[in-house]
Amino acid sequence: MSALLEVDGLRMHFFTKAGIVKAVDDVSFRVERGRILGLVGESGSGKSMTGYSIMGLVDPPGRIVQGRIALDGRDLAGLDEAQWRALRGNRIAMIFQDPMMTLNPVLRIDTQMVEAVRAHHAVSRESALQRSREALVRVGISSPDERLRGYPHQFSGGMRQRVAIAIAWLNGPDLIIADEPTTALDVTIQGQILFEMQKLCRDSKTGLIWITHDLSVIAGLADEVCVMYAGRIVESGSVDDVLDRPMHPYTRGLLDSVPGRNLRGEPLAQIPGSTPSLLRLDAGCAFRTRCRRAVDECRSAPPARSPAVGRTLRCVNPLP
Amino acid sequence: MLAYAIRRLGQSLLVLLAMSFLVFIGVYAIGNPVELLINPQADAVERARATAALGLDKPILEQYATFLARAAHGDLGRSFVYNVPAIQLILDKLPATLELAVVAMAAAIAIGIPLGLIAGLRPHSFIGRAIMAGSILGFSLPTFWVGLVLIMVFSVHLGWLPSNGRGETVLLLGVPVSFLTADGLAHLAMPALNLALYKLSLLIRLTRAGTREAVLQDYVKFARAKGLGPGRVVGVHVLKNILIPIVTVIGLELGSVIAFAIITETIFAWPGSGKLLIDSINQLDRPVIVAYLVVIVTIFIVINFAVDLMYSLLDPRVRLGGAEAGD
Amino acid sequence: MNTIHEAAPAPVDAQSAEPPVESPWRRLWGEFAESRLALLGLGLLVVIVLVALAAPLVSPQNPYDLAQLDVMDSKLPPGEVSPEGKRYWLGTDDQGRDMLSGIFYGLRISLGVGVASTVLALATGLVLGLAAAYFGGWVDAVIMRIADIQLSFPAILIALVLLAVLGQGVDKVVIALVTVQWAYYARTVRSSALVERQKEYIEAAQVLALPRRRIVFRHLLPNCLPPLIVVATIQVAHAINLEAALSFLGLGLPITEPSLGLLISNGFQYLLSGKYWISFYPGVALLTTIVAINLVADQLRDILNPRLKR
Repeated sequence: MSALLEVDGLRMHFFTKAGIVKAVDDVSFRVERGRILGLVGESGSGKSMTGYSIMGLVDPPGRIVQGRIALDGRDLAGLDEAQWRALRGNRIAMIFQDPMMTLNPVLRIDTQMVEAVRAHHAVSRESALQRSREALVRVGISSPDERLRGYPHQFSGGMRQRVAIAIAWLNGPDLIIADEPTTALDVTIQGQILFEMQKLCRDSKTGLIWITHDLSVIAGLADEVCVMYAGRIVESGSVDDVLDRPMHPYTRGLLDSVPGRNLRGEPLAQIPGSTPSLLRLDAGCAFRTRCRRAVDECRSAPPARSPAVGRTLRCVNPLP
Repeated sequence: MLAYAIRRLGQSLLVLLAMSFLVFIGVYAIGNPVELLINPQADAVERARATAALGLDKPILEQYATFLARAAHGDLGRSFVYNVPAIQLILDKLPATLELAVVAMAAAIAIGIPLGLIAGLRPHSFIGRAIMAGSILGFSLPTFWVGLVLIMVFSVHLGWLPSNGRGETVLLLGVPVSFLTADGLAHLAMPALNLALYKLSLLIRLTRAGTREAVLQDYVKFARAKGLGPGRVVGVHVLKNILIPIVTVIGLELGSVIAFAIITETIFAWPGSGKLLIDSINQLDRPVIVAYLVVIVTIFIVINFAVDLMYSLLDPRVRLGGAEAGD
Repeated sequence: MNTIHEAAPAPVDAQSAEPPVESPWRRLWGEFAESRLALLGLGLLVVIVLVALAAPLVSPQNPYDLAQLDVMDSKLPPGEVSPEGKRYWLGTDDQGRDMLSGIFYGLRISLGVGVASTVLALATGLVLGLAAAYFGGWVDAVIMRIADIQLSFPAILIALVLLAVLGQGVDKVVIALVTVQWAYYARTVRSSALVERQKEYIEAAQVLALPRRRIVFRHLLPNCLPPLIVVATIQVAHAINLEAALSFLGLGLPITEPSLGLLISNGFQYLLSGKYWISFYPGVALLTTIVAINLVADQLRDILNPRLKR
């Protein structure tokens, strides 16, 4: 049986006046039903763009140049806009980072929820409202009718994000892509939402891709993880494997950077340098200028290899 | 909300008072209207009598005080030329001007906003660029010259439309309007179009800029991610957001349209208050000039005030206040 | 065993080589020239200005020298040749004046008044705006209140009333135009100055105890210039347009200094009898000038807009 989502060799480039930006460069992974995949990386690593590509929301000057995206075995590459629209919000849903910006400030919550339902099902407004109510309750909002009549700015950040999540669940999608949805929220709220999302996904066998830069979130939430750097997946595998026994120097660097892992009094570890501009990448490994383990062979792009079952790695001089 | 409204009202009245003073003092300096109205051979006694009769011999501040007192009763003096209450003259002509202004504004909105939307959604396409080029032309063209060209083409050359005057009127709620008759429309077409041209271009540019900005916002991406069709995304999500600033601009521009109507009325001999003003200036009919300015300033202040209120009503963020506590 | 490089992030190979530093004027021109329309506008403008400046030299005739006129040649359509063999490219008006020459002279006056009033308004608005921004407090409040009130009324109305009071004449028209325009500059300068004032380089200058005047003129002012340039360019077009409208209404320049607006007004009465050229061509000249200015202004606005980072 094929996985829920299969991404193979995805390449998405931006064709700008200043040059070609390879935002997503040969990305491959799978997501199974009911499983949670974490996509980790710094800003500019291409993780959000991967999410947009799967939704077909890449706008010019960006374009998918190569690769296969298959949902339940169905190749999404040749779909026209109408077919994409039938999928979005229906079979695949997306949650964005800042709910103040993603909810339309001048429209009521019920308007924004009802339209999401009626875009895909020919039902009455009352029936769509009922479904919206149920969705709000399911994400932990106790008095849904009051919320429905309100406007986004009347609610706190956590509440707004719950509404956005409810909207994602409205039509019972097979796959949800969440792009840093808790980054802007308080830690306690973040914890609640993570827990709820995990429960909802397991219960309804929905696949979830959680995009974040925060490793600690992945540790608690995800089953599998892909670490991205400069548009490529440098390491992937199950969460336990990758976080306990990282092989790529970048993953090691990320783990070490988390302050909690330090002993008191010791200097904080950091990865020297900064992420390279995606415009000026050359053929080799993008991380080598910051890598303690860089060797001459790093000048040519390391191929993706599978050092163990269920793991991939792009490194010619991995951690021992 | 109420406190805000009252404060604005107070400010508006102050402005009105200040303007009336300036207007009065200024117009006083035009010249001595007595010279125009009496026999050049009149002797000093005659002149003195005429001056006294018109109240022109008193010190200026006293004249202003009298003016204010009478104004409070709605009496803004009598026209030197027509010898009827000035306010009466203005109010007689005002409906014609307002009709012209409103029709022009409506045309500008009906044409400008859709064109601006198209230009904003497809800024680099041929039609998008053509619309923008057209809009530059639209507000560069001197209004009065366009009026002349319109007359040239449609009246002289083609003979389709009449070049001056107002058409047949019918009474609508006691006010004579001409857009309800075919003849009225024929007379209204060119002046309204002429007047609308500048505002049209402005609206196109404004709508385009707003649309371009709106389309980049996250809520548009989110709406698309929900699977909504482009019709709904643009027609509801984008439009509702850009309309708020545009509506306020429209409100403010309405006053400007009334002022620009002065030129259009002159070209097309439209019997409105603008033409009356120009004639009065040329004839040194001081009370009419003052009355006109007072009426116009009042209209402006009312419009500005109404626009302020309307803005706070339209934007739910302003109307309903901030976030609730807790979650 | 291969060498292991140290962790110091040495810029290895292909990474960036800095481009040579360009003078800001060069860069401005480079960005300006990206738009062909803007270049067209600029070209037109240059031609128009040259023609206006050299009007007595390029005109076939001095239309205001009565000795050169022949009233028998009046109201000739464009392209006609008079019995004496003079060709009138754009026809003649009711007094036998050559339209082409009239337009050249008229351009001179229209441009002259437009530019002069813009420069004066700029200077006035600049001083007042800077004062408002720098001194703050009640100075700011008074100046800005007046500016706000004035800006809420349409320019044409204010100008009309002023001219009705002041009478005719070039100087009075310029006064009216300056009065109508200064507020735009004052507001623009003030908001720029307020933003710049918070920036660190001003604080640095103050810490160095530089005299106030120096801070304002040498440090604050140059950074407020870009939006001013844009506003000024657009305003020249507005000023020209406004003056033309006022002259058309008979309230602007006197007949001795006929701008394009007056020429158009003059020809109005002949429109209905089909002698369109007396009004039409001066209008085309006016239109071309304004369009050229607007094209240039649009491009300037795009490249000087900090929010459209290129």
